[in-house]
Amino acid sequence: MAVPYTFDGYETEGFFDELFYESGQPRGGGQLLVDKINSLPEGVLKQRQEAIDRALMRMGITFAVYGDSEGTEKIFPFDIIPRIINTLEWNHIEAGLKQRIRALNKFINDIYHKQEIINDGKIPREILEKATSYRKQCHGLNPPRGIWCHITGTDLIRHSDGAIYVLEDNLRCPSGVSYVLQNRLVMKRSFPQVFAASQVRPVTDYPSRLYETLTSLAPDHIREPTVVVLTPGIYNSAYYEHSFLAQQMGVELVQGSDLVVKDGHVFMRTTDGFHRVDVIYRRIDDDFLDPKAFREDSMLGVPGLMEVYRNGNVALANAPGTGIADDKVIYAYVPEMIRYYLNEEPILPNVPTYVCEREEDRKYVVEHIGELVVKAANEAGGYGMLVGPHSTKEQQQEFVKKVEANPRNYIAQPTLSLSRVPTLVGDHFEGRHVDLRPYILYGKDMWVLPGGLTRVALKKGSLVVNSSQGGGSKDTWVVAQSSELSEQAEEKI
Amino acid sequence: MLSRVADSIYWMARYVERAENLARFIDVTMNMQLDQSVAPQNGWEPLVLTTGDSEYFQEHYEAINAENVVQFLAFDRDYPNSILSSLGIARENARTVREAISSEAWEQLNSFYHHVKGAANTPMSPDQLTDFFQTVKEYSHLFHGIVDATMTRNKGWHFANLGRLLERADKTSRLIDVKYFLLLPHLQDVGTTIDDLQWSYLLRSVSGFEMYRKRFHSISIHRVAEFLILDDQFPRAIRFCIDNADWSLHQISGTPVGTFKNSAEQQMGRLKAKLAFTDVDDIIDNGMHEFIDGFQVDANSVSKAIFETFFALRPVEAMQEQRQFQYS
Repeated sequence: MAVPYTFDGYETEGFFDELFYESGQPRGGGQLLVDKINSLPEGVLKQRQEAIDRALMRMGITFAVYGDSEGTEKIFPFDIIPRIINTLEWNHIEAGLKQRIRALNKFINDIYHKQEIINDGKIPREILEKATSYRKQCHGLNPPRGIWCHITGTDLIRHSDGAIYVLEDNLRCPSGVSYVLQNRLVMKRSFPQVFAASQVRPVTDYPSRLYETLTSLAPDHIREPTVVVLTPGIYNSAYYEHSFLAQQMGVELVQGSDLVVKDGHVFMRTTDGFHRVDVIYRRIDDDFLDPKAFREDSMLGVPGLMEVYRNGNVALANAPGTGIADDKVIYAYVPEMIRYYLNEEPILPNVPTYVCEREEDRKYVVEHIGELVVKAANEAGGYGMLVGPHSTKEQQQEFVKKVEANPRNYIAQPTLSLSRVPTLVGDHFEGRHVDLRPYILYGKDMWVLPGGLTRVALKKGSLVVNSSQGGGSKDTWVVAQSSELSEQAEEKI
Repeated sequence: MLSRVADSIYWMARYVERAENLARFIDVTMNMQLDQSVAPQNGWEPLVLTTGDSEYFQEHYEAINAENVVQFLAFDRDYPNSILSSLGIARENARTVREAISSEAWEQLNSFYHHVKGAANTPMSPDQLTDFFQTVKEYSHLFHGIVDATMTRNKGWHFANLGRLLERADKTSRLIDVKYFLLLPHLQDVGTTIDDLQWSYLLRSVSGFEMYRKRFHSISIHRVAEFLILDDQFPRAIRFCIDNADWSLHQISGTPVGTFKNSAEQQMGRLKAKLAFTDVDDIIDNGMHEFIDGFQVDANSVSKAIFETFFALRPVEAMQEQRQFQYS
């Protein structure tokens, strides 16, 4: 019988649980937390969760409930039980991410220059030519230090086999890092003792690291570069994050209308006149950056920005054009890229992916559509997607037609079983599925934020972690190794 | 500082101050109405008139009574100058400049808004209402206190200071005007106990009763007017507000006080001089209402000049003429 607000009676139900072995023993690094929670006086855990919710409301980390005329606002749900990753496993993840980002960066640079990987026959030319995220305007660009993806938020998942897989690369404007920092802030207040004892690796230096990364992109002769964050504005769902990062870095948060191009440079309009801008951390998609270069109807961008960029008089992070590597068909070739550019074997595997463009893959997808997840190549946020096991025959037939009409636009993957973490449901804990989004900064050096954003599907049985569809988040702890750690790691890696 | 950000900070502070002053208006009227011996026939009417939005009121409400006026001034979601709407606008402005103000200031303003929004949905008895308006004043004080205690005295702070002081000067002038309007049909009461009580209410509504007492002891119309309009020490007096707004304006541009380089400084300087070189007998002899009217016209010119000088998005060429590029 489950005892309220303790782990007594908690079941892993046959899933891979991030906190417990099937036997019910805490995994390495989790013992301290489990002991602490089981020993809390009755009602304390509930109080702490409520205190966290209040703190998030006060900090205004909320989103507006759409269509509600009274302006009701809700916080992004946050669950008090953290996801714990031990150092040994983290080192493995970190090495895999760095390897992947290096290869992806070389790929993007290659694609907008000589296209050797295609000329050498590793990736079919048609795939590139039909990629809607390929930006011909970026051909021949030489971003500072040859780096295109300065800020990446790779989505990882753990399958029931215990291995970590890369699900998506997110090389454009990955969001969510502000939640990592705020989650940590409120968790520290809730579990100060466990924090100290577990030696949780800090995340608070992210804004300084980000600032360093951004300043490293400025032309060398500028001693104190002016960095700004470019936001689409207050109605963007990630606006909170844009303002948070600008504030934490101590730089201006600008909108397109605050910037002008004049005499080959970008300036912002200030109360003292114009002030030159050297580095722009843009949180606007390529298409909207510059109406002269991309979409003409964009009201969010800065006319003439791309020309200044091309001439090396302003730096953009990330560089325009990185979206090509977010194409889900291109994704299938990342392991190949790692071998091709780095001459290494991938440390973190891809989720097995069927590329419908390939005839035999397509045949398999059509025959097994009921078991697979089918995704459109250029959609994100859970759109344009079929989850085979959760779909009707009609929906499946509709997708078969779509795939056959435009095979280049579709890939399919097996339906994965995401790992779970205990989550507070009412007065007890139940397992809920999670993914993990670590953040990687690439300036002079590469740096991976220890942990990242753990998103959790709060609905029972759901595999969809997106906040728009009932997802929440958890703090992610990378903890020091404990005595039993090495044995656990051996079993997994 | 970005022009857009300066604009938002200025209005953020103005709207918080506006909300506070509305609470003061309502609070003083509720108190006066409770005191039957002093209560004018309909003390709520001038409150509606002074907003300049009587038309809106007539369209949306029937009688001018306590319930309707409180709903109108405090909780009307559709009326853009109610306490709730003012705080909504202040908060939206703060949200667009979160990175430019301190987190503490943002969090407090956010709580302030939620507090008032919560109250708008809760039916309240008269004593609860009194408490509520008290909390609005306290939240506003807390906000300004946090802004003062956590923000560097950079341009952002000076724009906030400018906004709150101009708003406060405007509202103090309206309060005096309301009192005058109330007195018109009761000229026979001038100088009587009733008058005394009414003026003391007015002083209390701007938290100025005790400060006034320290300065003048006994209540007289001349002295109250002098205190609220021309005092350069009392922080809600019109002259104090304009003097200090002028100071912030010069801190923003770096121009020495007493000189001007843009139309905002010029307009503000004229208004400041007018207040410095007038005396209360002039004001009363020429008509209080006329003086207040004139002040409000001047204050509006100052606001317009501030907008033109700092906030308006001019085309590139026009700005270039005005200023040299600044390279870092």
